[in-house]
Amino acid sequence: MAKAFGIVNFAGNHVRVNGLQDHRPVAAFSFLGRYRIVDFPISNMSNSGIDHIQVYARRKPRSLNDHIGTGRHYNINSKSGRLRMLFSMAGDTHNLYNNDIASFYDNLECIEVETAPYVVIAPSYMIYCQNYNELIESHIASDADITMLYHTVDNAKEAFLNCNVLNLNKQKGILSMEPNHGTAKTRNISMDTYVMKKELFINLIHKAKKISSLYTLADVINHECGELDIRGVSHRGYFAAISDFKSYFNANMSLIDIKTARSLFNPDWPIYTRTNDSAPTHYYDSAKVHNCVISNGCTIEGTVEHSVLGRGVTIKEGAVVKNCVVLSGSVIGKDIHVENMVVDRNAKLIHVSEICAEESDPKYIERGDTL
Amino acid sequence: MKHNNMLAMILAGGRGSRLHELTNKVAKPAVSYGGKYRIIDFPLSNCANSGIDVVGVLTQYESILLNSYVAAGRRWGLDARESGVYVLPPREKADSNLDVYRGTADAISQNIDFVDTYDPEYVLILSGDHIYKMNYAKMLEEHKAHNADATIAVIQVPMKEASRFGIMNTDDEGRIVEFEEKPEHPKSNLASMGIYIFNWKLLRKMLVADMKLAESSHDFGKDIIPALLADGKNLHAYTFKGYWKDVGTIDSLWEANMDLLDAHNELDLSDRTWKIYTEDVNALPQYIGPSANINRAFITQGCMVDGEVKNSVLFTGAKVSPGAKIIDSVLMPGVEVEEGAVITRALVANGVKIGKDAVVGSADSEHIELVSKRVKGVE
Repeated sequence: MAKAFGIVNFAGNHVRVNGLQDHRPVAAFSFLGRYRIVDFPISNMSNSGIDHIQVYARRKPRSLNDHIGTGRHYNINSKSGRLRMLFSMAGDTHNLYNNDIASFYDNLECIEVETAPYVVIAPSYMIYCQNYNELIESHIASDADITMLYHTVDNAKEAFLNCNVLNLNKQKGILSMEPNHGTAKTRNISMDTYVMKKELFINLIHKAKKISSLYTLADVINHECGELDIRGVSHRGYFAAISDFKSYFNANMSLIDIKTARSLFNPDWPIYTRTNDSAPTHYYDSAKVHNCVISNGCTIEGTVEHSVLGRGVTIKEGAVVKNCVVLSGSVIGKDIHVENMVVDRNAKLIHVSEICAEESDPKYIERGDTL
Repeated sequence: MKHNNMLAMILAGGRGSRLHELTNKVAKPAVSYGGKYRIIDFPLSNCANSGIDVVGVLTQYESILLNSYVAAGRRWGLDARESGVYVLPPREKADSNLDVYRGTADAISQNIDFVDTYDPEYVLILSGDHIYKMNYAKMLEEHKAHNADATIAVIQVPMKEASRFGIMNTDDEGRIVEFEEKPEHPKSNLASMGIYIFNWKLLRKMLVADMKLAESSHDFGKDIIPALLADGKNLHAYTFKGYWKDVGTIDSLWEANMDLLDAHNELDLSDRTWKIYTEDVNALPQYIGPSANINRAFITQGCMVDGEVKNSVLFTGAKVSPGAKIIDSVLMPGVEVEEGAVITRALVANGVKIGKDAVVGSADSEHIELVSKRVKGVE
């Protein structure tokens, strides 16, 4: 019996991935070809023995719902365990009111009914592996009210913008949180991951509601920093926050390097995803592929370099794909040259022969577009 | 059973001894094929796609892996409320002490009680070791349209090879008038695929009678079909067109894998309207390194390639290090090829490691080399 139930939170207003996010929530983004971002927090929970998991959906839930389905692929007992999606009642229109606290409040009865004494809350826009069991044990041993996960980075000037930064004292107590405005290189980035008692979590929801309708979970925890004993635990290993378009592109690109990939993927810590029953990928005689991450179901006749291909992508003869993230079902036509692009699902690049952007400024091609 | 009142029984007891070490520990239907599949995925996926809900799998030889593999019926979606895949090994019963299946027909005879619990109108008998895509619902339609007592699927083979098969001689309407097992002088080129639809009531009667015959070999081809013909029953030949392969030998298993490399291969595993389902393995996507060189290959998730791969099929988790060359070969799941090793015209069995600079197989060999033990590197 797990000591905690899990909550996979949705991305707040500080996260904005242009293009992709118009079609689905960040949680349902395709990642590194065969995964969706939500696979990471759910697999972390499942591998930690957490088998009651609530995934919160803020808006446009279709593709998230399709992907999670019955949840069987996450290795959770189908009777004693439960993976469920819960929906925000505020609807699409109210951006500000439609925050995580409002969503937890709307679903309070589902939280109250959980029998485990602790809750682990994790974000659906961050990619990392973490054994939550160890985190829960260290939380209990420390006697803290809340334990938070953070990652120390030295590129906070240009990356992790608008993510929360933790100000810690020497004992790793959290003094305050603030948004990263890129003013310093080295920062402790909050991984939006919390462990606390279920009762405290429910109290915080009520408290936030009382203080302000616009308060998020991070806001109310920041508000409580003086009152509660909140500790930080430093995370090691691969960490990425998908908070804007560039970070989505960069995170995919960074994992093409096998050494970097090994810092995220551990054979003893599987990342589960939904199978699509695609055939293996067919490389034709004319194929030239170097430095790539390729999913199943692709047909490759052309050249692909330093790119990530999703499931069922077709690369026709003479096509050159370089530094691209190509999502599932897309077609790169004969002799088409594509560089530094994110090509969304089912796009067809068949007419325009050169579709290139600068390496420093990758661009986006809409889902289902024909160019 | 609600769909079409037809239950399927897959004969999966064969050892496949001509596959040598590949079937030392697993039965032939569980042998890997096509990068991510096992042979039995084909009849099971065909059943799922044909709307057959209940499938019995008759196992016998080295059945532990096959039993556990097949028992997870949800891989093929055969896990709805009135659906399932049931593993049926030989068992001791109160009124007899048989503990082996004495023949293909005997395997069904010993499970009459299982079939009876579903009370089907039709029973489809399949073999667990053929690679093909087939809509059994269409075969059933033809069976009904011809008011047949039994329907046998046949495929046209080259006349010069016909003497290797069980050959059906038919009249103009497709009614079978004669069956000849491996005839020296074949009269037709319609080879039996070992796929039968029977009206269950009739088959049940035949099986009960056959069980009592001391001289019977309890085999569909040798005993049941001839007996039906002798009784003047209406046996219909259903002609199948498409890819069909019995992978009985290392050469033919290699060939069946190589067939997938043709741009317009008939099997077409990427057809979305007739997917072949299989075990869902947790593996990374394919990692293709900076010094990789891949031409004409079929590669699946979990593979890591940083060497040269030409005209080859790589199964789940196969690793090819920089400087290694894989030519005209098949690497089964988990094979690791170290730097500088060269593999030509070989089939490397599951999990085998090929050491640094080792040379395996040759371009002008008559047969495909089966590599089933670790090959040490050159010091």
